[in-house]
Amino acid sequence: MMSDQNNPVGTHAKRSLKIENLVKEYVPGKPILNGISFEVKGTSSVAIIGASGTGKSTLIRCVNKLIPPTSGNVYVSGENITKLTGKELRRARRKIGMVFQEFNLVERLSVMENVLCGRLGYVAPWRAWMRKYQTEDIDLAFELLESIGLVDFAHQRADSLSGGQRQRVGIARAIMQEPHVLLADEPTSSLDPKTSVEIMELLLGLSESHSLPLLINIHDVELAKRYTGRVIGLANGGIVYDGSPAGLSNENLKEIYGGASWLE
Amino acid sequence: MAGIIEKTTVGHGNPFKVNWWVRFAWAAAFLYVIYAANYLDVSWVRFIGGLSNGADFLGEMVPVNFSRWKLLVGNLVETVEIAVIASAFGIVFSLPIGLLAARNMMPPWITWPARVFIALCRSFHPVIFAILFVKAVGFGPLAGILTLIFASIGFIGKLFAEAIEEISLKPVEALRASGAPFISIIMYAVVPQVQNRFIGFSSYQFDANLRNSTMVGIVGAGGIGGTLFAAFQRFDYDFLAAILISIIGLVMVSECISLQIKKVFQ
Amino acid sequence: MSEIIATHKWERFTFRERMARFAVFLGFAIALSLSISTVEVIPEFLYDAPTQAADLLVRMWPMDFAYYPQGIHEAMLETLHIASLGTLLAIVMAVPVGIMAANNIVHFSPLNWLAKLILVSSRSVNSLVWALLFVAIFGPGPLAGTVCIGFRSVGFVGKLFAEALEETNPGPVEALTAAGAPWFSVFLKGYWPQVAPAFWGIFLFRWDINVRESAVIGLVGAGGIGMVLDTALNLFYWDRVSVILLSIFAVVILAELLVTYIRKRII
Repeated sequence: MMSDQNNPVGTHAKRSLKIENLVKEYVPGKPILNGISFEVKGTSSVAIIGASGTGKSTLIRCVNKLIPPTSGNVYVSGENITKLTGKELRRARRKIGMVFQEFNLVERLSVMENVLCGRLGYVAPWRAWMRKYQTEDIDLAFELLESIGLVDFAHQRADSLSGGQRQRVGIARAIMQEPHVLLADEPTSSLDPKTSVEIMELLLGLSESHSLPLLINIHDVELAKRYTGRVIGLANGGIVYDGSPAGLSNENLKEIYGGASWLE
Repeated sequence: MAGIIEKTTVGHGNPFKVNWWVRFAWAAAFLYVIYAANYLDVSWVRFIGGLSNGADFLGEMVPVNFSRWKLLVGNLVETVEIAVIASAFGIVFSLPIGLLAARNMMPPWITWPARVFIALCRSFHPVIFAILFVKAVGFGPLAGILTLIFASIGFIGKLFAEAIEEISLKPVEALRASGAPFISIIMYAVVPQVQNRFIGFSSYQFDANLRNSTMVGIVGAGGIGGTLFAAFQRFDYDFLAAILISIIGLVMVSECISLQIKKVFQ
Repeated sequence: MSEIIATHKWERFTFRERMARFAVFLGFAIALSLSISTVEVIPEFLYDAPTQAADLLVRMWPMDFAYYPQGIHEAMLETLHIASLGTLLAIVMAVPVGIMAANNIVHFSPLNWLAKLILVSSRSVNSLVWALLFVAIFGPGPLAGTVCIGFRSVGFVGKLFAEALEETNPGPVEALTAAGAPWFSVFLKGYWPQVAPAFWGIFLFRWDINVRESAVIGLVGAGGIGMVLDTALNLFYWDRVSVILLSIFAVVILAELLVTYIRKRII
């Protein structure tokens, strides 16, 4: 595929996401994230689980500085994101693909335009305005639409699609950036169980074929166990579990989500 | 009060609660009408007396006199010109000003000046602007054009800012996350969400400018208003009728055109 | 895979859509360039405008605040009364016309069209033109102003009222009609509760607009603060003009705040 040609195997080894001692305080003195550190490399996929309000979304948004962290460092393929601002930050963000819970598509634009949105970081604004994308970009977009089975919908408006289709478009947009890492914030929470499974398979497949480290926020523990190679449990602002899905015991889950009655 | 509650809850007398506030409001409105009518010296006698005047007035309007049609057409053309130029500049200026005034896209130190400017443009009736511009740049269409530019900024600028404030920020977040430059974010995530409303506001404002440009002439700012005012002062009521009919016709034509334009952009 | 790609071409609009858009832009561009080239504007006046405007501002300063109690206060009250009374007059006239224009209540299209014609004429004729008309009929003074505000507002109020009526849910109306209620009861219990909030909203909105309008109709003799402004302008009392403008600004802002407050509280 296109991105593999652009990125020879040698560079893939460097693709990584490293979070170092990350702290985020919305209210000074009350950190929602307190000293988070972990690393994701290669094609490995990591699920972050935790109760609502524990800062999963904040954590994932600190990676691309949509929410600026209070302290700590985030390295994407070795580059420290937290120090960057303005144009440099934009350039760095191109390397970070992101998939959202509610898809965050531009409803009134066509599927094709939404996929091409992934190139906006590379294309000059006036070219973007005239919709003068390079042929390679349009070819890549069609290739992606083909692979997610939506090529016939290219001209339809995004708001005419079903939830699962929209999320596929959202994923295609993220891949369009030719990212080094892929973030997914509750990508299946707005979808039915069957579509959720399909979306998870698509994400994992793309992570594999594009050699992308994948970081997924998810609250469905079963999906996390079934698809990801590693689970990180968040509670009270810190990591309380970091290991294989198989090793995740009821004791761990009790610590992550609190209470016990729901496990029975 | 206690009595009322008791009656409605226990006695099952009247199933509908008597809303004393509403009754009080109606009584107050009625009293106000009498008071204000007295204050303004508006009386039935004067009104009836005026009606006979009105009948004479209408009588003098027919037959409608289109004999000075050349003057009429010339004036109408100038009116349209004023409206077209003022709309073009007004719309072009109000795009960035509306964006600057949108509190979800800009920091407060930018939105405040923009909002104050829009409020100033809105607070004064166009006629007041017209008077001031006539004093500043002399009689003629230039004063009218400047007036309507300010009026347009006040109207579309405000509505446009509100439209932007109502958009969904989700696509904006997605494009920020993809590293898109600010201008591209505006074009892809903001404009598609507000485009139709903006075209609606603009075409409405064009109609409004056309109507108002018939008015600014009354204070000397160009267009058909000047001739209209002169016709009033010379009691030229048959020509006046011709002017009024042409104005209404013009406004109707332009409303039809803007309807078609809106269809193209839907 | 390249074979598949080669068959795809991506364009944002169809040919027809593009041509229609192009035609609109072209039409507007032609109209604009024709207008700019033929309108009688003397460029020197445009360049001179900032200096002249600055000169006006200088002559407006210092403001003659002593004039407020002498000449402005009474006229301002008159303006507010004209606006309020005119809006009430408009409502009295707009309710029957609005009902007549709503095609789900009156099922007789000539009447609908007649009502729509009345509404359009009211809106097409500017408030100053209405004012001139009624000054010619009733003579100068607040009576002309009140009637002018009333006639001018009928179109606006009536149109929005008719639209609100047309958007009502036919369910309750059907139920009442089926129960054999007379026409007036059907209106009062079927339609009115559904449109009442919109109706009061329209009333407040129009009152706000009418405060602005009634401040200027005095320029052609229809009473209120505009007459005072006209006198000050004709006599070149710029220090008074600035006080009058400031008072109008203050009243307009207060009216808007009041309307916003009431809308939040009640509707």
